[in-house]
Amino acid sequence: MLNNVQRELPDDLMKELRYQPFKTVEIGHPEIQRAAPKVTVDQGHAKLVSSIEAVIKKVGLKDGMTISFHHHFREGDYVFNAVMQILIDQGFKGLTLAPSSLTNVMNKMVVKAIKAGVVTHITSSGMRGELGDLVSHGGLENPVILRSHGNRARAIESGDIKIDVAFLGVPNSDEVGNANAIKGNAVFGSLGYALIDAQYADKVVLLTDTLMPYPNTPASIKQTQVDYVVKVDKVGDPEKIGSGATRFTKDPKELKIAEMVNAVITHSPYFKQGFSFQTGSGGAALAVTRYLRESMLKKSITASFALGGITKPTVDLLNEGLVGKILDVQDFDKGAADSMAITENQQEIDASWYADPNNKGAAVNQLDVCILSALEIDTKFNVNVMTGSDGVLRGAIGGHQDAANAKLTIISAPIVRGRIATVVDDVTTIVTPGDSIDVLVTELGIAINPKRKDLLKSLVNIPGVPVFTIEQLRQKAAKIVGQAAPLAFTDKPVALIEYRDGTLMDVVYQVKD
Amino acid sequence: MEIKHTAIAGTLESSDIQIMLSKIEGPTEIELESAVEKQFGTQIRTLMRTILEQYGITNVKLKAVDKGALDCTIKARLITAIQRAIDKQNDPDWEVLG
Repeated sequence: MLNNVQRELPDDLMKELRYQPFKTVEIGHPEIQRAAPKVTVDQGHAKLVSSIEAVIKKVGLKDGMTISFHHHFREGDYVFNAVMQILIDQGFKGLTLAPSSLTNVMNKMVVKAIKAGVVTHITSSGMRGELGDLVSHGGLENPVILRSHGNRARAIESGDIKIDVAFLGVPNSDEVGNANAIKGNAVFGSLGYALIDAQYADKVVLLTDTLMPYPNTPASIKQTQVDYVVKVDKVGDPEKIGSGATRFTKDPKELKIAEMVNAVITHSPYFKQGFSFQTGSGGAALAVTRYLRESMLKKSITASFALGGITKPTVDLLNEGLVGKILDVQDFDKGAADSMAITENQQEIDASWYADPNNKGAAVNQLDVCILSALEIDTKFNVNVMTGSDGVLRGAIGGHQDAANAKLTIISAPIVRGRIATVVDDVTTIVTPGDSIDVLVTELGIAINPKRKDLLKSLVNIPGVPVFTIEQLRQKAAKIVGQAAPLAFTDKPVALIEYRDGTLMDVVYQVKD
Repeated sequence: MEIKHTAIAGTLESSDIQIMLSKIEGPTEIELESAVEKQFGTQIRTLMRTILEQYGITNVKLKAVDKGALDCTIKARLITAIQRAIDKQNDPDWEVLG
């Protein structure tokens, strides 16, 4: 079956997993019946458990169940590996792993769990490194289901993901489960993704190294949601949660791209008093924030809010009065995480509020300007952030599909990376459909999606910003690197890319070596 | 023409290629380890053979570690390695270079 972005989807798998093909980026007004968790009633007098082993017994974890984790500790996570090792040791089989995402520090453990038959199904935002390699080479029998952060919230709410036990690491909690992530030894700021698990999992287990006196406020996760609290030695390494002090790039190519991204924003009709933006992380994105700051000061324009994964430079804009509020689903660095405790206008939001398509209006729907990255973008403006140039899983959807609903969605990417073209005829894997993308910015110039004729007038005559068709940019890339031989895949699906509404966007196949 | 001794050119930096030429008995061998093997491996080997032939180099083993170098870089590094291997680094073969 062919979907609306011309990807051939395997009929038998579609039928088996009851998938509809991707049709449109318009969500419309469907009526949704939400699922509700099973609650084991408790008065909360004996929630504190002394070990992970003991809590696994208490929650009644069985073979074949679905377990979840969050990835807010990023590369400094100790909780995931500690819990998974015990599940492997105790010989559990056939579990479904449903974390908000998988970071590199978890890879070895997931590989081990797959090989031991402990984990047989995975749904995640993405995967990288040796885990991505293993799955792309057919190491997991069932295809991984990849969902955006907004789509994960939707899937949990609708019951597509039914979490039996959520193991949630928190920097602090009291003995009955009131917890936040702004105090303790391993602070990460917003608990955004974990809040959905706390709300919808049948059993919610908090793991913390810092017990607070009751009542612990502000409570991001509440005692009404929590079954057990486990005291562990250390939940995470604060040094590895974020990159520490965020440094601005000195790479002239990244600076040039950032300068052009800023020019596109400031010349667009959306750059006016009270606008909103999401920049994300990465060298170029941080540089954009710096250029944008200068433009805002010069034009005396302030933003109403900044959204998404938050970094220190965005918090600086807030403190400077250039941004009114921050809607914060996740913090990318220590500066942003630490500031949450002391900054009133840095509002923690959950993944549903952030980006869920099937609620009564998410923050991404209010967003004016969004800057996103791409591993590949094709002449239809479809974007790949999932598979590398060798066809192997090495990325994450993150909020890409969700934030791309901004009024002005800009993809910032170098025209080539090493010998690999970024602008191509057809991306290896479609993650975000071209209908969501408005402008591509490269160091050579920009391309405007022909569907956005309204943008042409304001963007064609910006000094120092040449405008090309995306086909012209593709040709320029091909001229630099030559024509790559097509990648070879087997017919075994290893991962399914959902669109944020739960329809099927693309299929990743096993690579042929 | 046979090379006089082993020679090396290039680095292991991203977007570069390191090429080593050494003398062997028998026909030319190319051993390529490339970050872009799947997409460009065949093209890179063809380019290397063409340049070796232009210089008339025989009985050589070419060992290369490619970190995603462009064709122009590969050509420059290989020519440098050849010139070094035949002790002509101060006396380039302009006809081939042209």
